[in-house]
Amino acid sequence: MTSLPSPSPKKLGLVIDLDICVGCHACAVACKEWNDGGEFGPLPDADPYGGEPNGVWFNRVHTYAVEQETPQGARELTVHFPRSCLHCETPACVTVCPTGASYKRAEDGIVLVDEDKCIGCQLCAWACPYGAREISAKKGTMQKCTLCVDRIYNETLDEADRQPACVMACPTRARHFGDLGDAQSPVSRLVAERDGYALMPEFGYKPVNRYLPPRPRRDGASASPAPAREETLEREKLPGVLRWLDRVLSR
Amino acid sequence: MRPTFSIICFTVLSGIGYGAWFLAGISLATHPLCFALDESSMSRLPGSLCNLPLTNLVSFLLAFALVATGLLCSLAHLGKPKRAWRALSQWRSSWLSREGIAALVTFVPASLLALTGFLVWTTNHPSWVFAPFWSMFALPLLGICLSAGALITVYCTANIYSSLKTIRAWHDRKVVAAYLLLALYGGLLFATAMARSDFAWMSVRDALCVITVMVAIPCVWLKYRYWRSLDTQPHISTGHAVGLELLGITRPLEAPHTEENYLTREMGFVLARKHSRKLRAIAFGLILFSPIVGFLLGLAIGPAASWLALTGGTLGLFVERWLFFAEARHAVIAYYGR
Ligand code: SF4
Ligand code: SF4
Repeated sequence: MTSLPSPSPKKLGLVIDLDICVGCHACAVACKEWNDGGEFGPLPDADPYGGEPNGVWFNRVHTYAVEQETPQGARELTVHFPRSCLHCETPACVTVCPTGASYKRAEDGIVLVDEDKCIGCQLCAWACPYGAREISAKKGTMQKCTLCVDRIYNETLDEADRQPACVMACPTRARHFGDLGDAQSPVSRLVAERDGYALMPEFGYKPVNRYLPPRPRRDGASASPAPAREETLEREKLPGVLRWLDRVLSR
Repeated sequence: MRPTFSIICFTVLSGIGYGAWFLAGISLATHPLCFALDESSMSRLPGSLCNLPLTNLVSFLLAFALVATGLLCSLAHLGKPKRAWRALSQWRSSWLSREGIAALVTFVPASLLALTGFLVWTTNHPSWVFAPFWSMFALPLLGICLSAGALITVYCTANIYSSLKTIRAWHDRKVVAAYLLLALYGGLLFATAMARSDFAWMSVRDALCVITVMVAIPCVWLKYRYWRSLDTQPHISTGHAVGLELLGITRPLEAPHTEENYLTREMGFVLARKHSRKLRAIAFGLILFSPIVGFLLGLAIGPAASWLALTGGTLGLFVERWLFFAEARHAVIAYYGR
């Protein structure tokens, strides 16, 4: 069923601390490793040892520079930003799915894809503003973060290991896992304490995951004003026909 | 968004086919007997009521082929085409599912009509079609069902796109209106080309030409307004997407991956935006001027002109649809700062 279940009191999700993430990609690698062998795997890559390796990762770590003004002059703040499924409460990635493959679990709010039903139409990936879904060219089906549902309830693992692989792997403890529906849970308290925020709330998907912003720096930095941006086209990267089209139209 | 050939073919070809079916359905509902007559008896009919070119078997089957080819193209877009039947299950929430159902249901009256047409053709004027049950009830009803089915299917297709909030350009009522009007436009061009060349059909072709031009005008006006609002839409900034805009201007410093990935390939398409002016002018010109030129040229060279108009107009639709995808920006691209 791709209609959304009635909201559950339990909302499992992640809290990611942008203040201390060092951008080491350990979470992304651990995620790929676990999910390649876990219940939802494998996650095969195309051209893994060739010139253009590419494949599905559930977690992508961006690095941004934030321009700031300080009394000593302008400087940039580096922010590392892991991006994965936010297990939204009312996500369109579930409702647009024509097959019922994309669904949200009623009991804990985890958003999953049933690979046996998915036809690979990719509409759900189009519907997600957070880029949390990637199709596997090898398997023809949609792939996404499972919040390690095959770990967190896994009774063959030690109690302490029943956490998502990314959370276990993070060397700086920038990632926290828990129930964001329970206001008294450690993750909810962390969010309240540090003003954790949701990404792009205007879409109305109500993300469950929260990000903790970088703490204010001691140099008294403030935001610098915004300039405009130009987009660029990398012609060499286009396939032949399009490159030709680009040349013709550029005249 | 990457303009995928299979989806462009699907929306353009089946759009024209559904437009033609819509018109054929109306012709049938209003003049059911035309279906049972051949050309010679048609022109003998008082007032030439049967001068509607889409009710003959050949053009009906051609429209059928357009719809079917379009739908088959859409299957090529799927990662698992063999499971396509599963897409019929989630009509409660998914426009794609609704579209699939509408498309299949529309094949019911279409197939029945094709079958009737075939029987009429093989048995050469069977008397049963003239019985009130067929002429007064069954044929008009099938016609109405066909028109309604075609309309609903295109409406669902358009809603697949316009319901996506993540693509600002598409999240716009103009998208639905444009899909419907352009399908009608394609259907009219098709009908004009199908109109017979003998004298009895001549006036119909002229009339269809004029109607096509009258439909083309709101089409290009809608597209013009769509493009205008596309140009004024603010982009989502990287800082906003990351949620750090209050801290300062945010720009990507290092990408999360060295090669392209699904997201950057599928959603990071820039070529069209660079050339949008020229391509828009091409689409605008082809859509508007094809039927006008077809009409004027038709006075000189006859029916071949309508085929020329159909070709030009279809080309215009292809460019328009290519732009529809290629120009649309997906929200996720803000994370990549492209
Ligand atoms: S982040 Fe994207 S994929 Fe995950 S639940 Fe939200 S909309 Fe769906
Ligand atoms: S790609 Fe699969 S999961 Fe996504 S909408 Fe299509 S069928 Fe559903």
